[in-house]
Parts: sequence; C-alpha cells; structure tokens
Amino acid sequence: MKKLYSPTALTALLLLVVFPLSLSPFRLGLVGKYLTYAFPALGLVLCWGFGGILSLGQGVFFGLGGYCMAMFLKLEASDPVSTAIQSTPGIPDFMDWNQLTALPWFWAPFKNLGFSLAAVVLLPGLLALLVGLAMFKRRVTGVYFAIITQSIAAILSILIIGQQGYTGGVNGITDLKTLLGWDIRSDSAKQILYFVNAALLLGALVLGQHLLRSKLGRLLLAVRDREDRVRFTGYDVAQLKTFVFVGAAVLSAVGGAMFTLQVGFMSPSFVGVEPSISMVVAAAVGGRTSLLGAIYGSLLVNFGKTYFSESFPELWLLLIGSLFIGVVMVFPDGLAGIDGAGLLRRLRKRAAAAAPEVAPHTDLEEGTVS
Amino acid sequence: MDSISDFGAILLMQGFNGLSNFCVLLLMALGLAIIFGQMGVINMAHGEFLTIGAYTTYVLSEICQRYAPWLSDSYFVLAVVVSFFIAGAVGLVVEHLMIRKLYTRPLDTLLATWGLSLIMQQVFRSIFGAREVSAVLPAWLMGSVQPLPGVDIPINGLLVMGLCLVLTSVIFFGLYRSRWGVRVRATTQNRVMSRATGIDTAHVDRLSFALGCGLAGIAGAAFTTIGSTGPTSGTLYIVDTFLVVVFGGAQSLLGGIASSFSIAQAQATMEFFLSGSTAKVLTLSAVILILMLRPQGLFSIRARS
Repeated sequence: MKKLYSPTALTALLLLVVFPLSLSPFRLGLVGKYLTYAFPALGLVLCWGFGGILSLGQGVFFGLGGYCMAMFLKLEASDPVSTAIQSTPGIPDFMDWNQLTALPWFWAPFKNLGFSLAAVVLLPGLLALLVGLAMFKRRVTGVYFAIITQSIAAILSILIIGQQGYTGGVNGITDLKTLLGWDIRSDSAKQILYFVNAALLLGALVLGQHLLRSKLGRLLLAVRDREDRVRFTGYDVAQLKTFVFVGAAVLSAVGGAMFTLQVGFMSPSFVGVEPSISMVVAAAVGGRTSLLGAIYGSLLVNFGKTYFSESFPELWLLLIGSLFIGVVMVFPDGLAGIDGAGLLRRLRKRAAAAAPEVAPHTDLEEGTVS
Repeated sequence: MDSISDFGAILLMQGFNGLSNFCVLLLMALGLAIIFGQMGVINMAHGEFLTIGAYTTYVLSEICQRYAPWLSDSYFVLAVVVSFFIAGAVGLVVEHLMIRKLYTRPLDTLLATWGLSLIMQQVFRSIFGAREVSAVLPAWLMGSVQPLPGVDIPINGLLVMGLCLVLTSVIFFGLYRSRWGVRVRATTQNRVMSRATGIDTAHVDRLSFALGCGLAGIAGAAFTTIGSTGPTSGTLYIVDTFLVVVFGGAQSLLGGIASSFSIAQAQATMEFFLSGSTAKVLTLSAVILILMLRPQGLFSIRARS
C-alpha cells in the first residue's frame, strides 16, 4: 500500500489516468508531444546531473531517431499509386520536387519496419559511442565536450537543411499517414500512441531510477565529483562515461521517434543548437539531479512555450531567458529543489543575517512560495 | 592560359572575401579567448555583443546622415570606438549582476548566458524590429583597389583587416607584456593565490570581461561592412567562434589567429566550388575530426581539466 503514494506512482497515475480522462484529444496530443521531450531530459539528468557530462547535442539524437521513423513512414506514404502524378512515382514528394529520379541508396532499407525501428536506436547509439569513445578516452570533459557536441548539432542541422533532395530540407519530412496501414492521424490512434509513449517514458524513468540505485549509479556520481579518484581506484572512467552518454542518446532517440509518430512530421528545427539547449533547459528547470523533475520540467517548459508563444509571442523569449537565469542563479536544483519548509527556514536565516546583498533574492523566493 | 589567370584571380578574390570574414571571426575569437580561454566563462551571449556593436554602427550612421552629414565620411571610425565602449559597458553590467557569482561553476555560466542571449535578442527585436538593417557605409569605403588586372579588393575589407591587425597586436602585448596581462593570467591560473599576493581579482575579472565584450562590439562594427544586421545576427557566429577558440587551443592567442584564419579561408574557398551549406558542413566536420584526434587544439597549453 505504501508504494502507491510514492512520487513515481503518482506520476504514473497522472500520465496514465488523470490526463487521458480529463483532457480533450487535442490537448492530450499536446501533452503527448511535450512528454516526448522528457526523454532527452531524462537522459540529460543521467549524463549531466549525475555523470557531470553536459551534452549540448541531444537534439542530434532526438532528430536522428525521429528521422529514422519519419523515413519509414514517408516511404509508406509514397507508394506508386498515391504519388502517380509525380514525374517519378514511388519516391517521396520532396525528392520529386528536387529532380531526383530514384530513391537514394540510404533510403532503401527504411522500407522495412524492423530495420527502421532498429535504426532508431542503433544509429544514434552508434554515433554517441563513437563521439563518446573519441572524447572520453582522451579525457576531454566539461566545457570542451559541451562545445563539441553543440557543433555537431549545428553541423547536422545545416546538413539536413542543405541537402533538400535527400532530407526534405528546412520543411523536414511531412505528410506522414500510416504505420503498416494503420492511420496514425485518427483520434483513436493518437490516443493509443499517447499511452505507448507514456508507458515507454515511465519505463525509462523506472530504469533510470534502478540504474541510479545500483553500483553503477554510485560510480557515476563519483565520476562527477572526483573523476581522478575513481580512475585511481582502477575503474575505466571513459567506459563509464561513454555508457551513460550512449544511454542518454538512445533515450533521446526514442523520444524523437515517438515525436514523429504522434505529431506526424520531423524537421531540422528539432535537431540544431536551439532545440538541444531547450532540452537542457527542461532538465535544468525540473532539477538536474531529479529524474521525475525531468518529466515535470519538460511539461512545464513546453507548456509555457506553447502558451506564451501563442498569447504573448514577444514575451516568450524574455520569459524563458529569465527563467533560465533564475534557475541557474537562484534555484540550481530546479523544481525538485524547491521544498517549502526548507525555503522558509532559509528565508528566516537570511532575514536574521539581514545581509543587504542577498535582499533581492529573498524577494524572488517569497514570490514563488506564495 | 587566360583561363588559368582568371582562375587565379577568382581564387585570390575569394580568398580576400574569406579575409573579411576571418577578421570578424578573429575579433570575436579574441574577445572570447579572454572571456572563455583566460577566465573560463562560457559566454553564450558573446554573439549578442557583436549585435550590439552592429546596431550601434547602424544607429550612428543614421544619426550622422540626418544631423551631421559632414561626419558621414568619417563616422565609421567613431562607430568602432563607440561600439567598443557600449558593448563593454553592457559587459560590465552583466558581469556585475550575473557572471561574478558564477566563476566557480563554469557549466552554469553557459546556461545563464544562454538565457541572457535570448533576452538580448528579444530586446533587439523590440527596439529595431525583426527586419534586417544595414548601416550606410561612407563612399570612400565602397570602392576597391586593383593591385593586379582582374583582381578587385574592396577597401572596406582592407580597413577591417587593418583594424584587426592593430587590435590583435594590442591584445597580444597587453596580455603578455604588461602588468595588467600578468594580473589577468595570474588570476585565471589561481584565483585564491592571486588574491593572496594582493591582486584585486574582482577588479581584474570585471575589466577582462568588459574588454572581451568590447572586442565583440568592434567585431560587430566590422560585421556591418560584410552583412546586414538583424536581432539574431550574433547567433550566426557563436558556434564558429567557440570552435575557433577551442580549435586554436583555448589559451593561445596565436592558435586563435591560426584557427580563425584556416576556418574562414577553408569555408570561403570551398564556398566557391560547393554550396554554402556544404562548405560549412565540411569545414566544421573537419574541425571536429581534428579535435577528436587532437583534443588539445592546435596550439595548446592544457586541455585536460
């Protein structure tokens, strides 16, 4: 009985029962979309919050996963019958617009669902493995790793936008219709996909929690705090870091694939520097050392993004910018770090100390409590 | 025979186009080499300081056209100075409000300055609108010289290059041959020890950060000669600039010069044969590959942290 009240169980209840019952299909679809961003955020909690590796390239893996899925769906949508008006029937429409007359070789295997699903996981995993091994074996860490992963994100998005004929360019891969004949655009399909997504996310959450409780999790924490000591004790730090980086990449890719399935398209705007950093924002807002926080952070940040960019577009950037500065300067532990009682205690302590320098901070914190 | 000399002329001119870009990149990288290489602050808003410089130049050009036409020939020189001071002043404020509290958490400076860059972009958009604007360049800057038949070298490129040379030597001598440079290098190597020897590290940090931002402001003034300015102009440079600094070896000025030169030139030369995006992808990928083989950068002092 006691277990029912654990925060994880409550989250499961919220995702699997409360949201589907209380939200309209449209809103539920939106929540489903936000939840796909929680996958990269979960990965970032593991590799940044616990492993100390800040990757600014999670969008690369999100995008690769999403594109692998989208390529399969696009090929299914471009059968010779429905593309009969094209000058070359049977290839995706954007290829036809770009005067391609045959399917490029690297598209061909994506006609197979099994291959595509494997590629969703393996391709990003392999890339992460290569990057991880190359960097961590040479003990490149911290800032350098962040900048290199960021550049990879920039490269991939420029490449996708530039190679219009092969990738759909800046519009991405759109008009995805069916998965093995099953219409993914219908309300019922969207509902089923929502549950699949939520279940996968909860699975990832439990897996992550399990990992952190294990010896591996403790080692990871040790690597973050005193890398040298772990190395001197005889552990292969590079291997550990590569492992968690690949794990985070795979999580991110699963999120990307689920995004494609639920939203029905994939574009370079989910690959580049900016989306990658928004994933870090979500993880930081939720609390970089809290797996649950990653889920709530993604929900909150992306809900805020939709709400503000619809209602007050000019305020959105200001708001997310200040939110980010605020999280870093005032709440380094994000949502998960806010506990009412502790905050009150701290406030009282600060008031007692009456240091004029910290006065503005106390004001800010009071605002969030009330 | 004729086509070969044509080809040579094109290559030379393309190389010169690369040089203008190289100068902007180098000025940005010089600023970032101080802020990131020396101080360890990952300033993701560095591009926005370029935008400040570019908008400053634009505003000055408008003012000169409207109120002081007699200045419109020489305003650009003024703009370089004003850009430096405005960007530097904003840098001072940012350092005081934000950065100085984060010196011990380098990865967090990245997140906070990213937030700052979003805010600054929105502020630019609110003030100047989303449309790109261009400063009116003085007539004498628009011409070109012909050192060889068939080779046109734009004068504004020459000016930017001259500016770049002067500033690079000033920074070089400042960092390696002056008391200030000794203090900066001491502070970055060991902040506690420097304070113990009587260096006012807070003061050094403040000035260094402002100087780095001011250099980005000058880069912005130089940028107006090669492109038009929009609220997000700076973001175009941020990834490149960080790569330049890392590629050159974060603490080596010479490395910064060599790497910004090679990156800008590689891109300009390839751009002529391939599409712009392919050139960029190839350049950046090459840099990443080299960094994977040689993570300490071209001219490193230390990369392992």
